Amino acid sequence: MLTLLFDGIAYGMLLFVLAVGLAVTLGLMNFINLAHGAFAMAGGYITVLAMSRLGMPFLLCLPLAFIGTALLGALLEPTLYRRMYARPHLDQVLFSIGLVFMAVTGVDYLVGSMQQNIQLPAWLKGRFDFEWVGIGKYRSFIIVVCGVLTVALQWVLATTRFGSQLRASVDDPRVASGLGLNVNRIFLLTFAVGSGLAGLGGALGAEVLGPDPTFPLKFMIYFLIVVSVGGTTTLTGPLLAALLLGIADVAGKYYVPKLGAFIVYTLMIVILLIRPQGLFARAGGGK
Amino acid sequence: MTAVAQSLRAHAAWRWWELALIAALPVSWLLLPSHALLFNEIAILALFALSLDLILGYAGVVSLGHAAFFGIGSYAAALFAKLVMPDPLVGMVVAVATSAAFGALCSVLILRGTDLTRLMVTLGVASILYELANKLDWLTGGADGLQGVVIGPLPGQFEFDLAGRTAYAYTLAVLIACLLLVRKLVHSPFGYSLQALRDNRLRAGSIGLSVNTRLVVVYTVASAIAGAAGALLAQTSGFASLDVFEFHRSAEVLLVLVIGGTGYLYGGIFGAIVFKLLHDLISAWTPQYWNFWFGLFLVVLMLVGREKLMKPWAWFGAKR
Amino acid sequence: MSMVVLETRSLLKRFGGITPTNDVTVRVYKGARHALIGPNGAGKTTLINLLTGVLEPTSGSIWLDGHDITQLAAHLRVRRGIVRTFQINQLFSELTPAQSLALTVSAQLGISGGWWKPLGADPRVAPACEKLLAQFHLMDVMNQRVKHLAYGKRRLLEIATALACEPRVLLLDEPVAGVPEGERQEIFDIVNALPADVSVLLIEHDMDLVFNFAKSVTVLVSGAVFAEGDVQAITNDPRVKAVYLGEGDGGGS
Repeated sequence: MLTLLFDGIAYGMLLFVLAVGLAVTLGLMNFINLAHGAFAMAGGYITVLAMSRLGMPFLLCLPLAFIGTALLGALLEPTLYRRMYARPHLDQVLFSIGLVFMAVTGVDYLVGSMQQNIQLPAWLKGRFDFEWVGIGKYRSFIIVVCGVLTVALQWVLATTRFGSQLRASVDDPRVASGLGLNVNRIFLLTFAVGSGLAGLGGALGAEVLGPDPTFPLKFMIYFLIVVSVGGTTTLTGPLLAALLLGIADVAGKYYVPKLGAFIVYTLMIVILLIRPQGLFARAGGGK
Repeated sequence: MTAVAQSLRAHAAWRWWELALIAALPVSWLLLPSHALLFNEIAILALFALSLDLILGYAGVVSLGHAAFFGIGSYAAALFAKLVMPDPLVGMVVAVATSAAFGALCSVLILRGTDLTRLMVTLGVASILYELANKLDWLTGGADGLQGVVIGPLPGQFEFDLAGRTAYAYTLAVLIACLLLVRKLVHSPFGYSLQALRDNRLRAGSIGLSVNTRLVVVYTVASAIAGAAGALLAQTSGFASLDVFEFHRSAEVLLVLVIGGTGYLYGGIFGAIVFKLLHDLISAWTPQYWNFWFGLFLVVLMLVGREKLMKPWAWFGAKR
Repeated sequence: MSMVVLETRSLLKRFGGITPTNDVTVRVYKGARHALIGPNGAGKTTLINLLTGVLEPTSGSIWLDGHDITQLAAHLRVRRGIVRTFQINQLFSELTPAQSLALTVSAQLGISGGWWKPLGADPRVAPACEKLLAQFHLMDVMNQRVKHLAYGKRRLLEIATALACEPRVLLLDEPVAGVPEGERQEIFDIVNALPADVSVLLIEHDMDLVFNFAKSVTVLVSGAVFAEGDVQAITNDPRVKAVYLGEGDGGGS
């Protein structure tokens, strides 16, 4: 049981790192980016390819995945995404769906649709076996890394200047730019970092989730659940939502395998029914 | 008649191109029998898009999971034919009733919350149905689809032939009936109240309109029509499979409607025609990577702006 | 002594850390020409939102004709005759003025749910629209989509829509906001010409307009009732003047 909990937490933290970029993009640019999962997929593939073709060690692949996808995000934001900020949500949704399809088929074409499995380095394989619970080393690693990232994010938001500029822009972009903040640059940096984090999450989770071209579509709904249930105005909201989702999914698949993801979807609908603005959103936030 | 009365009446009057379009439908059945199968697919897609236009174009509800009702209609019709009786008309009624009931149930979910909430909830419902259909494979045939569905002849002993002529005639009849019904609806006070709540929900309430009731009603009607489209697919192909619930189907019908234009009733038909033709063209050239071009088309269309695409059709759209 | 048509009793609204409506008790009498004034942020629009049901109060009650309507849904209050205009135009951008008013009139007649006959088929609808379009000088733009209309016309439509609801109690939230000087009187003439049994509550910043229109005034400051009385007494009250002096001149919104 504890193992399940542990696995759920690992899964949840991973989901958080994957989805946090989406939450911030939505809260900041009011943009529903369904293609967010494509960045995660890119991170996963960068890792797999770097390890198998270039023989890079796993640990090195992580920052590589982060930087690679961050660069990709930094490229796409000013060229494509920025034009869509003022558009109605329907257009944004269709736009990002289009990007997902392009990404998925593009990767399929380049890499082939077989699931690529990565070989974890030896020191990550196996478990720590305690008396009452077996804790996978790999999952512990995930929890540690994601935990550190979360703390770092919170620290950046709360204490640095960039953090307060970001928070101001989320609150009210017009006022923020009126105060002299370069909102475009903030958007660009935030989008890049968010995409980078998704890439890092994709790399980290490559063994758990398995990089395959359909990843963005399969997991899109999970990311969206994290964001819509957790809200976009805080960092802890999506974190808690991701943990809840991770634990519910792992527990659901173990105890009631017949129903699988069904439980998660139902839970989401119930939550949104009761609190349409999300479980943790500030009242009166966002559109 | 006063200027106001004239103006109101003019908006509801039949335009010549509407009549031409509706006349062209049965003519296409008469004159081009070899294309009946293709036309049948287009007509089903058009009906599906029409149902989405009702909630998206007229009521302003963004849905990423409209395939849910299409799928329910499809499976309901197929299961009915397999387990109860093969009569297609009775099956159609059952399918429509089932999807309407489900639509009424789900309409509660789209009443509150933001666009994102609605997207999530509609997506969630369609995903749940997909999972359910997948897991309940003793009933639905699971990933293999529902086999062994035999559809009986239409009244007057019209068997469903391999060439699809009967199918197309049947589909056309349903399409035209729904079109006329929806046309009545959108020109009525109810129809305008839908547009009001799309344009300004706050003001709609402030003039005494009951927003929630209207949303429930329109969502139910749209689900019923989507269910009819799904039933048509099942009945004319004798088969029902999981892809009726797939996300791809919801995305596709959205694109069809966007291509054709929302909120003027005929966007579904024009969009379906253009989409299907494009699809067949591109698939012939690159069958495996159709999705890539689909995605690219979406991206470019959205970047350029939906309205620009409307230009060739603008004179249809402008006559609202 | 005329009867009270609309009143609030100790109405309180608290959210976040602020209390925009603080224990407000206000009475609107039948046929009133009552103004609600106060500095920016005093809670005037919040009060209107509470009265119309857009917001729910934290505590206190609202009474219409002696019935407690605190729990009544917003659209049902409209049907009982409480109608408001918005400070920022809230219109139906894709409809035309003719269609907007026809819909509103249909809603008023109770036929807005009809789905078989087209809008305007009912013979009562067109004449009512005609009257309003003429009264508000909208005849020449009646077939243009609202999103294409000039601001002045939209403001007129905003008020016309409210009047199409046949209000018994009309809540006007800064009706001439953003309207150029020359056109303001037009609007006020229309409001002044309302039947005597319609009760009007007006939010306004311009003290001249208040003086010309209102017979009684409530002054709201920081969410609470600061002063109340007939228009002469209030406009000469030194405390009221003091409250406004800090805001610069009393005109403009």
